[in-house]
Amino acid sequence: MSTATATPAQSRQGGSALDRAKTLEFWSEQAAVVGLLIAVVVFSILTSTFLTTGNISDLLVSAAILVLLAIGQQFVVAAAGIDLSIGATLPLGAALIGVTVARHGWSLGTGIALALLACTFVGLVNGTIIAKLGVSDFIVTLGTFGVINGLALILVKGDTVAVNSTTLQNLALNSFLGIRWFVLIGLVVAAAAHLTIFHTRFGVHLLAIGGDRDAARSMGVRVARGRIAAYAVSGVLAGLAAVLQVSRTGSADPSLQTNLLLSSIAAVVLGGSSLFGGKASIVGTVAGALLLTTLINGFTLLSVSDYYQPIAVGLVVIGAAVLSRFQGRTA
Amino acid sequence: MAETTETSGFSLATDRPEPDAKPGEPLIEAVDVTKTFGAVQALRDASLTVRRGEVHALVGDNGAGKSTLIRCFTGVHAPNSGELRFDGKAVRFAAPSDARSLGIETVYQDLALVEDLQVWQNLFMGRELHSGPFLRRGAMRERTDELLGGLLVNAPPSHARVRGLSGGQRQTVAIARAVGWSSSLVIMDEPTAALGVRETKAVEELVARLHGEGLTVLLISHDVEQVLRMAQRVTVMRQGAVVGELETESAGAEDIVALITGAAGGNRKRTDAEDAAG
Repeated sequence: MSTATATPAQSRQGGSALDRAKTLEFWSEQAAVVGLLIAVVVFSILTSTFLTTGNISDLLVSAAILVLLAIGQQFVVAAAGIDLSIGATLPLGAALIGVTVARHGWSLGTGIALALLACTFVGLVNGTIIAKLGVSDFIVTLGTFGVINGLALILVKGDTVAVNSTTLQNLALNSFLGIRWFVLIGLVVAAAAHLTIFHTRFGVHLLAIGGDRDAARSMGVRVARGRIAAYAVSGVLAGLAAVLQVSRTGSADPSLQTNLLLSSIAAVVLGGSSLFGGKASIVGTVAGALLLTTLINGFTLLSVSDYYQPIAVGLVVIGAAVLSRFQGRTA
Repeated sequence: MAETTETSGFSLATDRPEPDAKPGEPLIEAVDVTKTFGAVQALRDASLTVRRGEVHALVGDNGAGKSTLIRCFTGVHAPNSGELRFDGKAVRFAAPSDARSLGIETVYQDLALVEDLQVWQNLFMGRELHSGPFLRRGAMRERTDELLGGLLVNAPPSHARVRGLSGGQRQTVAIARAVGWSSSLVIMDEPTAALGVRETKAVEELVARLHGEGLTVLLISHDVEQVLRMAQRVTVMRQGAVVGELETESAGAEDIVALITGAAGGNRKRTDAEDAAG
């Protein structure tokens, strides 16, 4: 027997690359990669200093923190959630390193371990309240955003704490096998995230939870556990981002990182993921983070005022969000 | 690394060794089951016997208790009183996984498919093959293609996303998942409610073929004509109680409708459970 013949959408799935390129869905999924290529070409033409080894290396290093945060955000978004707390989790992690290492003389390893544990705990608390108590993710993570910010400020008494560590300086400035440590850490985390989302049960379950929570539950997927784990991943990566930030600036700054928070969400959207969940692309998210960093880098090289930079970045994000409306439709 | 053992049961049920029990013997039974939700009594001493190898229909108006009874069979709800039996033995399902472990699979009315995932991911959801931490994607895709190819001529490829499939193809994927994992009973909740005429016919043909190969099916349907086409026996529910059980060979649509609406009164046939109890 046979059922219906292939639908247009199904034909699209098996169609040629050219057919795929004719769909708005394709462009929404590839917005970050295409935008990054365009930005690189344009800035290379407009300024001779953009495409130099030194600038590209600095650009990649400065993108690493956002890459980590965006990948963490990707895990949560894949499960149809959002994590607004990372803008405060990162400073909390930094504050813990500052207080433990600089003020109390603990070893760097202990300070980092404590920061990672605390940030993971924040994620677990977020996930548990959201998944077990059924509270809106937006409200819960906005609430923890405030609570954690207060804790970080209390820890360092509102001051930025200088952290003098040769190890952290080496991490920020040196390379391994010719690749800067920050870049290497970003690459390793991205590869691990890609493997986790697309090649493990946890990853597929996250996509199922984000795509259709009820269907996933009906098929035996442990929905609450998966959602809690997604927030924990976001938390631990915010902790790792805190280590890089302390390493880069040589200090623990408790200030909120709202720019990084917004950019992490923007990178995920630019990467082609739906904020409604069920879709993920680590390559796209990394490309999104690189695109946002490239825009800032390029504008700075072109001496464009700081006031204009957020406007340009915002317009790019809105463009990507508009394109994402066409996911699942033909052009 | 060792392959997980929990997934070794994925194949066409009809390809598996014959069970000890013979066709016609009771496979799953509800005996005087009651279920209340607060002040609402959803099931009132409901009894139903599904025999091995039959297509058994469960019909009734909205709110008659069909879904609640089905959810007791699938482990979603636990009865307040009464008994569930599987192969003649009393069973208690604390969770859907308990029912699945006995080979009871369900095709949900909403199909329970994740649209953005591929067909193979939906077929193996929650029971993925894996070596260590990593999925055995190739093996799962291969088994999905084998299974769908055995059910359909124009089967969607295992890598197709469900979003791109027609209604009939989606239904077939949901049925294939249930059939692939089931070793005893497939429960189908309104399997053609959202389909057109041609796709309904294709799904009915598929169920008939699987039944011919020995599959036991409990079919929930509003469509009395469909019930007469597909089922050998039909149980009618009304207001939480079983009000009749008919052989479709001898019953007509008007008999079933009369029981559904209450026009036939309480002339219900005694169930096997009641017969056994004397």
